[in-house]
Parts: sequence; structure tokens; C-alpha cells
Amino acid sequence: MKKSESYDELIKGIWRDNPVFVQVLGMCPMLAVTNSAINAVAMGMATFFVLVGSSFLVSSFRDWIPKQVRISCFIIIIATFVTVADYTLLAIVPKVHKELGAFIPLIVANCMILGRQEAFSSRYPVRLAVMDAIGMAGGFLLALFSLGAIREILGDGALFGVSLFGENFEPWVIMILPPGGFLTLGVILLFFNWFKLKKDEFLADVAEAERGG
Amino acid sequence: MDNLPWIFISALLVNNFVLTYFLGLCPFLGVSNSLETSARLGLATTFVMLVTALCAWVLNTYVLVHAPYLRLICFIVVIASTVQFIEMLIKKLSPALFRAMGIFLPLITTNCAILGLAIFATNRGYGFVEGIVYALGAGIGFTLALVLLAGLREESELSNIPQLIKGTAMNLIIAGILSMAFMGFAGLFSSA
Repeated sequence: MKKSESYDELIKGIWRDNPVFVQVLGMCPMLAVTNSAINAVAMGMATFFVLVGSSFLVSSFRDWIPKQVRISCFIIIIATFVTVADYTLLAIVPKVHKELGAFIPLIVANCMILGRQEAFSSRYPVRLAVMDAIGMAGGFLLALFSLGAIREILGDGALFGVSLFGENFEPWVIMILPPGGFLTLGVILLFFNWFKLKKDEFLADVAEAERGG
Repeated sequence: MDNLPWIFISALLVNNFVLTYFLGLCPFLGVSNSLETSARLGLATTFVMLVTALCAWVLNTYVLVHAPYLRLICFIVVIASTVQFIEMLIKKLSPALFRAMGIFLPLITTNCAILGLAIFATNRGYGFVEGIVYALGAGIGFTLALVLLAGLREESELSNIPQLIKGTAMNLIIAGILSMAFMGFAGLFSSA
């Protein structure tokens, strides 16, 4: 029972309640840094670190944080982790850090992270909170990577900087410019809508068949 | 001083916060279903941005010269308290607006457009007057994008749209087209 419960928290974030595709949270860094796969992955890893770390801390301190000032406490905890992530990236991969620029400090403003602290970590024990954070951050990383990969392949004909199609490929430049971000995510969400619609139709059909039989 | 108009126009159109930097998307997509609400939210955001620019300048000039690694935390705390104050003000003055914005009022505390403004202004080394002008441009640009999308969405409520595309998917595609239109403004700066 216990094991399946935490497993459920983990899976929920990756697919069923995916923070980007289903809940449509954390869009700002999502669209801004996904013009190449490597930037998207770096951003996803940084967010992963921040979300798991702050969920752990918030959940451990949940009995000591007064309810009235909880939001400020969450934000200070998140900001601390973001500062750590910022300086770590600067030390390890200065080139990526430079390209991401102001968007690393802006992880702090990712509404998904604060949303998880408010809705989950501040109410549940540490183990579940960390599982939930890993799931959500994993789902976010997955979403960032798919968006970054699609945009880089279409807009630049490459993946992780490795050219895929040879010299004759005419890059679809708009995909790595800002409008491409909106359009790509729009089309992905369209696909998710279609999937959900089909599923609902299927369930309705099954229910009807059961009634009939 | 003669670059002030350029800072304003750049923040307003060419580097529009929402459509080029993707900042402040949560309220952009969440609250933009009616023209009136989005105009008021835009005004509130512009006001917060002005206050933010002021706070950022004071912090950068007097406090953070000695401890740059505390920048993020300082910005957040000061901005969050400012926004909290505005929240209380709105709750007191207009309960209807408070209801209309629902979940997004607590989330405006971490509106990335507001924090992004403080960070961009710092990175570019803007002084006091430049910072204020930048905030004004960014705020009005934010309102402009919000109101444009809200207008288009209100219009789309009345038309016959397939069930499949309704909701966020459609809003994102509209935003993409708006963003393409705003790219046209990039031609305003040929030398810069």
C-alpha cells in the first residue's frame, strides 16, 4: 500500500498531471529557453534540483512555518536553491549559463514550483513530497526536452548541435524564434486535447455497451 | 538621456515582455478571458513594475554592492511584500476584481514579468530614470499584449470553433501569431 502510494505520486507528475501539458504551469521558462535541446535540458535539470530540494525542505519544516507567512517562507527557500543552482551552472557550464542568462534566476518565478509547495509539500510527509517533486520535475524536464528537441530539429536541422539532415536542409527559422515556441506548444496541447477527447469517447462507448449488454 | 524614448519603445514593442521574452505568461493565458479584467490586471502589473524598478534601483545602489549573491533573495522579498500590499488594497477596494482573478493573485507574487524586469534592469545597468522608463514601457507592453489577446478571445467565444482546439491550445496559437506580428517591430531598430 505504502509503496504503491508513493509510486502513484511519482507517475502522476510525469504523465497524468504533467505540469506543462496538462496543468499549463511554468510556461515562462518553458518557452523562453527551449530554442535548443541542450538549453532545455540544462533548464530542466536546474528546475529539477530546485523543486526537489525545496520540496524536501518545505515538507520537513511544514509544522514550524506559520500559516500566515508561508508563501514568503516558501519563496525564500526556493530563492536560496535557485541561487545555488545559478552559481553551480556558472562554475560547471559557463557557456550554457550565458545563453540562459536571466532565465536562471527566473526559475524562482516558476509558478509550478510555488504551486507544488502550496498544494502538496506543505501538507504531506517528506517521502511523499519528494516523490511528488521528482515526478513533477521529471514531467517538466520531459516537456522541456520534447519542446526543445522539436524546435531545434525543425528550426536548425540539428539535435544537441549535431546536424541531422545534411547541407540541403532549409531550416525553418521561425521555430527557434519566439513565435515558434508558442506555436509548437500550441500544437502539442492540441495533440493532448485530441488524445483526451478520444479517450472520453472510448469510455462513453464502453459505458454504453455495458448498459446495453 | 536621449536614449530614453528608445528604451521605452524597445520594452513596449520590440522586446515585448510577453511576446518576445515569454515573461508573465501565467496571467497572460489565465486571466485574459475578459477585456475588463485583463485591462485592470495590466494596470496593476504596470504599477507593481514601477514600484519594482524603484526598489531594484535602491537595493542595487545602496544594499547589494556589498553582497551581490543576495540579489535574488532581496529582490524577491521586497517585490513580494509590495505585491502583498497591492493585493490587500485590491481586496479592500474591489472585491469583484479580487474574485475574478481567483488563484492568480497569490501567484502574481512570483510573476516572472516583475522579477524579470528587476533582473534585466540590473543586468543592463540602468540608472534611476532609465529604470522607471523601462518599467513603464514593459508594463504598458504587458497590458497591450494582455488586452489584445483578451479581445481576440472574447471574439472567439462567439464564433463556432471545434471542441478540439478550444482552450489553451488556441490561445497559444493566437499568441504565436501575435508574436509574429510583433516581430515586425524589430525593423524599428536598424542601428541598435
